[in-house]
Amino acid sequence: MVNIGACVKEPGSTRNNKTGSWRTFKPILDKEKCIDCENCVLFCPEGCINKDYDIDYDYCKGCGICAEECPVKAIKMERG
Amino acid sequence: MVKKVFTANRSVAEAVKLAKPQVVPVYPITPQTTISEYLAQFVADGDLKAEYIRVESEHSAISAAVGASGAGVRVFSATSSQGLALMHEILFAAAGMRSPIVLVDANRSLSAPLSIWNDQQDTISERDSGWLQIYAENAQEALDSVLIAYRVAEDRDVLLPCMVCIDGYFLTHTVEPLDVPSQEEVDQFLPPYKPYVFLDPENPMSIGTFTDPEYYMEARYAIEAAMERSKGVIAKANKEFAEIFGREYDFVEPYRCDDAEIIIVAMGSVCGTIKDVIDSLRDEGEKVGLLKLRVFRPFPTKELKEILEKASKVAVLDKNISFGMGGVLYNDIKVKTNADVYGFIAGLGGRDITPEYVREIVAKTKNPTHEVEWIGLKKEEV
Amino acid sequence: MEISDQEFLAPGHRGCAGCGATVGVRLALKALGKNTVAVSATGCLEVITTPYPETAWDIPWIHVAFENAAAVASGVERALKSQGKDAQVVAFAGDGGTADIGLQALSGAMERGHNIIYICYDNEAYMNTGVQRSGATPYGASTTTSPPGKESFGEDKPKKNIPMIMAAHGVPYVATASIAYPEDFMKKVQKARETDGPAYIHLHQPCTTGWGYDPSKTIEMGRLAVETGSWILYEIEEGEFRVTYRPLQRKAVDEYLMAQKRFKHLTDEERERIQKNVDALCTELKI
Repeated sequence: MVNIGACVKEPGSTRNNKTGSWRTFKPILDKEKCIDCENCVLFCPEGCINKDYDIDYDYCKGCGICAEECPVKAIKMERG
Repeated sequence: MVKKVFTANRSVAEAVKLAKPQVVPVYPITPQTTISEYLAQFVADGDLKAEYIRVESEHSAISAAVGASGAGVRVFSATSSQGLALMHEILFAAAGMRSPIVLVDANRSLSAPLSIWNDQQDTISERDSGWLQIYAENAQEALDSVLIAYRVAEDRDVLLPCMVCIDGYFLTHTVEPLDVPSQEEVDQFLPPYKPYVFLDPENPMSIGTFTDPEYYMEARYAIEAAMERSKGVIAKANKEFAEIFGREYDFVEPYRCDDAEIIIVAMGSVCGTIKDVIDSLRDEGEKVGLLKLRVFRPFPTKELKEILEKASKVAVLDKNISFGMGGVLYNDIKVKTNADVYGFIAGLGGRDITPEYVREIVAKTKNPTHEVEWIGLKKEEV
Repeated sequence: MEISDQEFLAPGHRGCAGCGATVGVRLALKALGKNTVAVSATGCLEVITTPYPETAWDIPWIHVAFENAAAVASGVERALKSQGKDAQVVAFAGDGGTADIGLQALSGAMERGHNIIYICYDNEAYMNTGVQRSGATPYGASTTTSPPGKESFGEDKPKKNIPMIMAAHGVPYVATASIAYPEDFMKKVQKARETDGPAYIHLHQPCTTGWGYDPSKTIEMGRLAVETGSWILYEIEEGEFRVTYRPLQRKAVDEYLMAQKRFKHLTDEERERIQKNVDALCTELKI
């Protein structure tokens, strides 16, 4: 049954929708090069890079902002 | 209970004070304005502990009302005519979001031409919005209907907004004696509001979401189902209201209909005039009656059929017009009953509906020449 | 500044790859924290974040219509107040929902002094309906309703100045921001939260789909707008105007314009005119 007023009672439930399938290019981070500046974390439209710089490929749409904004070019975009 | 002599606008304000809404967003418009003013004074005097929002338009009044209702409180607003039309978009949202807002509309014609006087085109035009609609005949009924409206709207089986419709000037600005119930009595009838869905950081929900064709129809069907369920809730509320306050209300109120050959159907203040004319006609040997329709949405088909199908002819008085189709109430009754129905458009833009016009309606129903007729038109101006 | 690790906007939302609006909301909510109630106007953000039966919001959220986010926020704020709850109400509306159809409701809410933060995420056109011109579309931009042609060079009116209109309301805290300058933006959101009364933040937010650039360049585009002086970061605190970021060396506006499809049609002459306008304002503000 549709919830009353079509409300959604499960916060953050778009997590059910794995947008990783949208991706053509995949960001690969070289943690050796990473200088912990947080640019990629802050600028990710999906919020799918955590503070340990793990990229959640379930959701990454492959926009490439992280690679573009990385000041030390530690992120490469690869097909797949 | 206290006996008072009040206009319907004052009686509505008293009802609101007794219902204790926490948020009241209102915008003044003739002839609703004094409701806004009374409520402002009640809040200024500390007699109504509510957040009174002096919004910049009716659109924002109803928008703030939906927001406040979404945040979990009882809400009141009031408007009229152009104001209700400006709210139109959000009326549908309020019903769809299942916000049990109570709104009083001081019935007034819609422009153009601009007119501040009474008819019921404004509220009738919102009949498909998903709001319950109650039409009051007098100031007492206006007061009582606001209390009943909250009770019904907030019921878990309903959760739909409710509009109480009071005729502009005929009710809003006319003083009448009435009983103002005590707070204790009202508290007994109307428990504090317990919201079903609301904005709370401890329990975050999203309300007013976006649906695709997978879910929209079911969400709209839920409104239809709630509207249907509201009939039982209204009946129960009416019963308990009578027990506590001693005044009885129903979906329809027949007046001398038992053996009537012709029954007039009407809503609102004009019913008083019609009752007087019926008394005179009865004295003259005419078998006529009045069926006052109090609850227009949900539409009380069963009650209407029961009474109207016994009469040989039915005259429906509409203070509104769906151009090319006749009055809306006429059309609804024609579709939903097997009665022999004739429609009469009268009282638009404040044109008086005199006893003579009521007699004309009866005469024309007896010997009908048209399905729909306009009563009281000035021939020389047409 | 200390930036919260917490996320209040979940992934899985339907925003385009490279969406700037969700970057803005994520940053704003990091600055605001859990005790926040969000209101959305109809628009991209609303549609992409709440596809029933899902929601991306981890905080309470309400949407009613396009033009009434500020009015809905007014009602929410007063309802919370009447219940003794201290949650911060924040409204998110696009430039169409703010500069055009929602301006009346916004004006009313700001003038009444509700304790709300209103954030306009400005992507300079009606993106949700397919890139139509809004009052916030900049001079020269091509949109589907301000297309260049034989008789047209694109949008022929300058961008409506909403932050200054807000300042004229006497709103105690008004600021502009950009998603490309997260610390500046988040500091402003925090100031807005600390403000007693209404606060207005106009957030410049590049849109890959509407502006015509590669999704990876969303932040770069925001930065170019600021570095060229096309978008100025400032705040107005209790009437005191202050530029919050000055580029070391202002770049040529061409760098910003030529990187986007929406300005590609402009002639040298038109781009010079835009540069002159930018120069005039920047000179006045010593940028």
